[in-house]
Amino acid sequence: MTNTPLWEVFVRARNGLAHKHVGSVHAADATMALQAARDVYTRRGEGLSLWVVPSNAIVASDPADRAEMFEPTGSKIYRHPTFYEVPEEVGHM
Amino acid sequence: MQETPHIRMLLGLADDALIHGHRLSEWTGHAPTLEEELALANIALDLIGQARALYQATGLPEDELAYLRDPHQFRNVLIAELPNGDFAFTITRLLLVAAAADLVWRDAASSDDPDLPGIAAKARTEIAYHIRHAADWLVRLGDGTDESHRRSQKAVDALWPYTGELTVGIDRAAWLRVVEPVLERATLTHPADGWMQSGGRDGRHTEHLGHLLAEMQILPRSHPGATW
Repeated sequence: MTNTPLWEVFVRARNGLAHKHVGSVHAADATMALQAARDVYTRRGEGLSLWVVPSNAIVASDPADRAEMFEPTGSKIYRHPTFYEVPEEVGHM
Repeated sequence: MQETPHIRMLLGLADDALIHGHRLSEWTGHAPTLEEELALANIALDLIGQARALYQATGLPEDELAYLRDPHQFRNVLIAELPNGDFAFTITRLLLVAAAADLVWRDAASSDDPDLPGIAAKARTEIAYHIRHAADWLVRLGDGTDESHRRSQKAVDALWPYTGELTVGIDRAAWLRVVEPVLERATLTHPADGWMQSGGRDGRHTEHLGHLLAEMQILPRSHPGATW
């Protein structure tokens, strides 16, 4: 199995939600990857829709770049939408 | 146990599902990959669920039917009880059996039996996936490497004489219309219909069923009334 391609699995649980990454499967091709994803990740009614994506198609950030990629946002609390009063008429947001 | 024709019909369907389901469950811990192990276990559970619904429809105690009957009282087709063999054999059997089961459930869905249409509605979506999974695998095995082609062709040849029983009561031509295109895509051929194995529906089984039941029934037989 070492040369069997790896696929990332995304499940959409309900209408209106986004597909969410749940894990990965090994499979020789896209058709079998979809079946493997169905059998491994939707056994308990978790989903209405499945995506599988070849893992090697994913471009990932380098952990070594973490400082320049993510630390600058730590000091910018004004970007969080917590400085606004939500009018009562709006209700739950 | 009074085996009316109605009960006998239900037991035939139920035993097919239970015995084939048990065979598939034997792959747990042995399947070629984790993904396929879950796939086969899922299918096994579908079949055992169908068996339960059918046993319940007989009105007899389902545990006694599954665990306390002897081989000659089982009404399943012989193909269901054959040992798993290799993965190609298991997948080929799954296709041949599921293609027949689909036609059986189609008829059952429109029958005037009080229980069958309801069971059929659920079973048909399950069987549709079993066919898809088996067919997609068989195409890859048959049209794969020399070794996987050899093994899957061997499986078709070995299983074919057991398919006569499968299509008793359904249209064999309709069954062939499902099976043959898959074999063709898999670059496999099937033998001509000749002499066929039979006897399962009458309780005349291969020696394999006794061994299967010994393992499946040992707990309730050694600890009657055990609960957990």
